[in-house]
Amino acid sequence: MRAYTFTQPRSVREAVAHAGEGAAFLAGGTTLVDLMKLDVMAPTRVVDINRLPLRGIKLDPDGLHIGALERMSDVAVDRNVRRDYPMIAQALELSASAQLRNMASIGGNLLQRTRCGYFRDVTTPCNKREPGSGCSALTRINRTHAILGTSDDCVATHPSDLAVALVALGTDVHLATAQGTRTVPLDTFYALPGSTPHVENVLRPGELVTGITVPRSMWAANSVYLKIRDRQSYEFALASAAVAFEWRGRTIKQARIAVGGVGTTPWPLPAVERALAGQPATADTFEAAVSTAADGARPLSQNAFKRELLRRTLVRAFTVLAESR
Amino acid sequence: MNPSENADDSRPGVSRRSVLGGGAAVAVAVPLLVTGAGAEAAPVAEVASADLVPIKVEVNGKPVSVRVDPRTTLLDTLREELELTGTKKGCDRGQCGACTVHVDGRRVLSCLTLAATVDEREVTTIEGLARGDRLHPMQQAFIERDGLQCGFCTPGQIMSAVGMVHEGHANSDDEIRERMSGNICRCSCYPFIVDAIRDAQKVMR
Ligand SMILES: Cc1cc2nc3c(=O)[nH]c(=O)nc-3n(C[C@H](O)[C@H](O)[C@H](O)COP(=O)(O)OP(=O)(O)OC[C@H]3O[C@@H](n4cnc5c(N)ncnc54)[C@H](O)[C@@H]3O)c2cc1C
Ligand code: SF4
Ligand code: FES
Ligand code: FES
Repeated sequence: MRAYTFTQPRSVREAVAHAGEGAAFLAGGTTLVDLMKLDVMAPTRVVDINRLPLRGIKLDPDGLHIGALERMSDVAVDRNVRRDYPMIAQALELSASAQLRNMASIGGNLLQRTRCGYFRDVTTPCNKREPGSGCSALTRINRTHAILGTSDDCVATHPSDLAVALVALGTDVHLATAQGTRTVPLDTFYALPGSTPHVENVLRPGELVTGITVPRSMWAANSVYLKIRDRQSYEFALASAAVAFEWRGRTIKQARIAVGGVGTTPWPLPAVERALAGQPATADTFEAAVSTAADGARPLSQNAFKRELLRRTLVRAFTVLAESR
Repeated sequence: MNPSENADDSRPGVSRRSVLGGGAAVAVAVPLLVTGAGAEAAPVAEVASADLVPIKVEVNGKPVSVRVDPRTTLLDTLREELELTGTKKGCDRGQCGACTVHVDGRRVLSCLTLAATVDEREVTTIEGLARGDRLHPMQQAFIERDGLQCGFCTPGQIMSAVGMVHEGHANSDDEIRERMSGNICRCSCYPFIVDAIRDAQKVMR
């Protein structure tokens, strides 16, 4: 691991003053320490933010507020989260392992890096790690890679389960720098790879995530997160679906949908939402609605199966939700 | 050794970066190297004095003061510095669970925890579970149910299992399997591990 200076500020103001180009915040460390050992991330300054007061899981009339340093395991067992935002608890409990969930923070989770094997291996070309070096996954092992939002320069998935649920629910992310604070909707927070896959989000150098707000809604309480993977537990998604329905009798008044494991960012599906709105919750409705889900997909040599897997994952999530009504 | 012996060996003005020249990884805690003879001893001592982070930790109930390189993991500090080698290094990448310990009572991976971040916290390792000669119920159950072959994953399995029971999530075999999925056993003792946890969990309640 490369050398770095290490600081442990106690206030947000101090933390952002220490941050900037070449610095990295350390929360749970489950991404950062791993990637520093692999020499994939090599900050010259590490700012341990665990002493900052960015804690708390609070429900109020605006919605659910979660501090950036709350741990995945603590959010998953929170009573309000489980009752009013079940898909958030499910997405968290289907992520990583119990030990990792005890360590990993909500802010860090949103900023975790892709699990593309070439990104993690400094001996192979990777545009995300080393701009301009090429993309190894395009022509090599790419079974788990993305089919939506890809470019000729990068086809890596965004690995977070939580982010998929939060995009579906219209979450806001709160940010701070030495210059001030701002709030960005999570669905505009992540950047498509395009020709600059090393730019993954709209964060400015040294900008700190201080927390998130998930709005109140008529649908969050009727929600599900379904994750399909190569083994039953402790694995990233091949495809996942975060789905919430607002009901009017037996009819779906409106739906909120985002999918994971298939896109270069957590992927909202507004066309599928529209196709469900006002329809009865029947198998025919579901099949018709998912017909467009993989539109625009660009499968690679090994992952064309993800188109159909995505549609089947969605139909199963809709069915689970309809049956649990 | 008592690492605090090096505490006042301060020679400011030499940055670690210039000494190590970038890429080389120093996996073990630096103070150990200070006593080593040979050409490397002097520069390493300067590195050590420049940037070590002092931490106070309670390890298995005993207060410990050490100075650690900010890059050193809790795993390497336990094994190399404190000579608590019960905690195992499997993957060193957060993927296998062999390095599981408790920090402030929560099961975590010591290979992805920087030692500098556990200042003023309590660490429990496999060495801290027994009471004298009396094994912890989880240790006893692993022996009685034959929940191991080579034993390399076992300290991590046991620390993880104790953590899970405290979390209140060992109520069915399915739940045990799901909540223990972060602990890989290359000898595939999974069925007997589940048996052991089911037994121990009744005694622990
Ligand atoms: C074996 C394994 C399996 C996993 N499986 C899954 C899975 O199935 N699903 C899933 O979703 N995730 C999975 N993960 C990823 C895991 O969830 C993330 O590593 C974790 O959430 C990151 O959070 P952290 O607090 O540890 O972040 P850190 O490692 O501390 O930080 C991650 C990044 O975010 C930055 N950062 C952290 N906090 C802030 C902040 N407040 N403001 C600005 N920048 C910040 C850091 O500088 C760093 O770049 C897995 C990880 C491992 C090792
Ligand atoms: S898919 Fe992206 S992350 Fe993976 S090798 Fe290509 S450029 Fe790198
Ligand atoms: S050694 Fe820590 S998880 Fe494998
Ligand atoms: S007993 Fe050998 S790895 Fe588990």
